[in-house]
Amino acid sequence: MNKEEYQKIVKKNTPKENWIKNALITFLVGGLIGMGSELLLNIYATWLHMPRKESGVLVILTLIVLSSILTALGVFDFLVQKFKSALIIPITGFAHSMTSATLEYKNEGLVLGIGANIFKLAGTVILYGVVAVYFFGLIRLLVMGG
Amino acid sequence: MTSKYNNVYIKNTYTIGGLYESQGPLKKYFDRLYDHDMYYGEKSLEKAEIKLLKDNISYLLKKVNYQEDKIDLLISGDLENQIAASDYMARSFNIPFLGIFSACATSGEGLIIGANFVESKKAKNCIVSTVSHNMSAEKQFRNPTEYGTPKPKTSTFTVTGSASILLTNEKNPIKIESSTIGKVTDLGITDVNHMGAVMAPAAADAIYRHLTNLKRKPEYYDLILTGDLGIYGKNILIEYMKKQYNMDISKVYNDAGTIIYDLDKQPVLAGGSGPCCSALVGFGYYFKQMEEKKIKKILYVPTGAIFSPTLTFQKESIPAIAHAVGLEVVNE
Repeated sequence: MNKEEYQKIVKKNTPKENWIKNALITFLVGGLIGMGSELLLNIYATWLHMPRKESGVLVILTLIVLSSILTALGVFDFLVQKFKSALIIPITGFAHSMTSATLEYKNEGLVLGIGANIFKLAGTVILYGVVAVYFFGLIRLLVMGG
Repeated sequence: MTSKYNNVYIKNTYTIGGLYESQGPLKKYFDRLYDHDMYYGEKSLEKAEIKLLKDNISYLLKKVNYQEDKIDLLISGDLENQIAASDYMARSFNIPFLGIFSACATSGEGLIIGANFVESKKAKNCIVSTVSHNMSAEKQFRNPTEYGTPKPKTSTFTVTGSASILLTNEKNPIKIESSTIGKVTDLGITDVNHMGAVMAPAAADAIYRHLTNLKRKPEYYDLILTGDLGIYGKNILIEYMKKQYNMDISKVYNDAGTIIYDLDKQPVLAGGSGPCCSALVGFGYYFKQMEEKKIKKILYVPTGAIFSPTLTFQKESIPAIAHAVGLEVVNE
């Protein structure tokens, strides 16, 4: 049997992923996280009498701490299976990738373990994030004049 | 290559099930459960895996009341780089050691090598063992264990546990009757989350060659048990065997990955995988069925995707292997 014929058998016996449902869950839960963050932003701004910008930093810190704690408790990976990419795309996913790598490599020591591996997953986001920002900045400068 | 054996018997087996395995339907068939956590008092996952295997062999020796010097050969393999769990376990025993690797088909390779040593009378007693640990395997092959990504329905869940089998030339109720060494097959699957599709052709090849070389029909066996194809891989194998070899195994066929867990209630998606999936089901559950003579003939076919994560990133398709071992209850 050649590869194409085998592919047909495999395809027939492979369940279809429900892309629409997954996207919808991601959209709704992701949206809820955004909504909750906005609420938190206003709470911090009103109760702590902070300017919106500083309050925003505090919101990000809250999300990072929360997702790191959930990762350490071993809950986050199960939540991801349930809520799909809704938890991976926001800053929660970034914090999660760093915390999980830290937990994983803590036994190999501070330098060769944690130090060398903490950006194992997050490094990609940083690299291509910086590259994307550069190009979008350039486009903005050329099109909108800065 | 198919061989028949006349004097290779299984004296006893020992199985340890981990945390998720002890929440599954086969719980009561394992000799011991390590169901408290995934570390067993060790500091790291790798050390926990070594302990899982080391304890298993110590308990097996106790179960049969043998000293180490009575064992001529210890054969073991696992999923770690450099088969570390087996190598580091072996330093605790004063027994000649062979380390082997066939990924999840390791127990099959071990049984074939062991059976040949016993059959040729070079060894009287030989232990074949294997171990897998869900979290150290995740770390080895995928992302950090706590890292969550949405997984497709076809992905499988590595079994945590260890199993060891004591082969001997003394007469015992269950024997290893025949074996077929598998060929490495590759039908171009590149999806690491669909191991059932990767391994099904290897299993089909081993089963087909075993049966035709020995001029047997699938129904000769009460059960043909593959290692870890999962619910989708199982259907692929049945259909592939019908189309490619015109052979219907569906009446006697089952897959260990689909019975070790409660697929509806446990978070395992398509089923269990790993070298200990087939070994726990085969030598924990079915071995006891054979002892009670409920099942008499089993064709044990552990399946392994022998892939390197590096080469998968370099866009190579994934090779697979499966070995077939015939187990039979001896007629008195």
